[in-house]
Amino acid sequence: MTLEEKVFAAFKDAFDLEDGIDRASLVYREFPEWNSIGHMTLVAALETQFDAMLEANEILAMSSFDKAVEIMAKYDEH
Amino acid sequence: MFERLLEAPPYSLRQAEKGALLLPGLNDLTRFHYERCAPYARIIDAAWGGLKACGSIADLPFLPVQLFKQHVLASTATPVMTLQSSGTTGQTPSRIVLDAETAERQARALVATFRPILGDSRLPFLAIDTKDVIKADNLTARGAGVLGMMKFGAKATFALAPDLEIDDAAVRRFVAANGGRPFLIFGFTFLVWTKLFEQYGDGELDLSNAILVHSGGWKKLEEKRVSNAVFRAALKTRFNLTHIYNFYGFVEQIGSMFVEGPDGLLYPPNFTDVIVRRPGSWEEAAEGEEGVLQVVSLLPKSYPGHSVLTEDRGTVVAMDSGRGDRFGKAITIAGRVAKAELRGCSDVIASEAR
Repeated sequence: MTLEEKVFAAFKDAFDLEDGIDRASLVYREFPEWNSIGHMTLVAALETQFDAMLEANEILAMSSFDKAVEIMAKYDEH
Repeated sequence: MFERLLEAPPYSLRQAEKGALLLPGLNDLTRFHYERCAPYARIIDAAWGGLKACGSIADLPFLPVQLFKQHVLASTATPVMTLQSSGTTGQTPSRIVLDAETAERQARALVATFRPILGDSRLPFLAIDTKDVIKADNLTARGAGVLGMMKFGAKATFALAPDLEIDDAAVRRFVAANGGRPFLIFGFTFLVWTKLFEQYGDGELDLSNAILVHSGGWKKLEEKRVSNAVFRAALKTRFNLTHIYNFYGFVEQIGSMFVEGPDGLLYPPNFTDVIVRRPGSWEEAAEGEEGVLQVVSLLPKSYPGHSVLTEDRGTVVAMDSGRGDRFGKAITIAGRVAKAELRGCSDVIASEAR
């Protein structure tokens, strides 16, 4: 799986998404399920998917799907 | 400037320097809210003689927090969430409107405040609360606190069942799996005492690697004759828990937290400050004199809460002490204000907000 697909798999898992969803619509506090509680669900899903532990600052910076891809790049070892 | 204040260690500024850095930002916020929140503008015009740039933080207009119970005051056209005070029975809760920008400022402030204590890597997290507390559509202050601290935590575990009774099996599993390394416990002071401390015997749980962060006030514990000193000593004896950080905060200024220093005093971080006022005349009290706390903060943009008069009494007991590398004011909290003391002040101002 590419980095982007791994990140998307975590989003799908956290927010119960369809494959065809416009990834540009995945923006923190704009996408309906991605509220402050959904944010922690997403972090847990990403950490499971990447077997990683994010830093608090990275959790704060994760404001969109693209940003999540950028942040998770450093944890993508495969 | 806000950025600069967040990046510096949280208590690095001496009082004079802090005042000079905060004042322009706070004056800007008064103007910002005046232009966007009509009831706020009416209050400033009627009770504070109109909009003006103040020459010192003590001269800034302030709103009594009770006003947020009577009115929903918003300065944003794009609210995303309303926070509520946890609400003791029979009281109208405050309702605080947040937009994405203010929520982000609060979250970043929280991280800046706790990073020196908790470090960069997230710690296994035990909440002395139920997972239901973070489910509500309108988060309570308690829920917002748990959710905020979860950013520092991993493998979040909730120690209480939905009926708020201890989930002993979950707690023991968590401690067995994580107790050998540093981990984070967060909870409201009263729940930590009644649901954790009182439910176990001495030596039954080893929490020597825990860092406990707690808040919520001492009112209910005073009825049990438990002071901060008693609380700390009792947790040490029972659990060998010694890394304990109380903090002072309230829903009208979530994100602005005064965390206990090594001397047991509460310190406002760089982006906030505190002023003690004499009830009645509302002039600034002298250092060492108990009065009512006014808290100013650069965080609130979606609601006019950057300068509020709280319902709490306290005292500035030290200034620029440098203990534990902490500068600025250090305070103690003495408890809640008697209703009658605030009535005059809040009624005058509340009547203008209608």
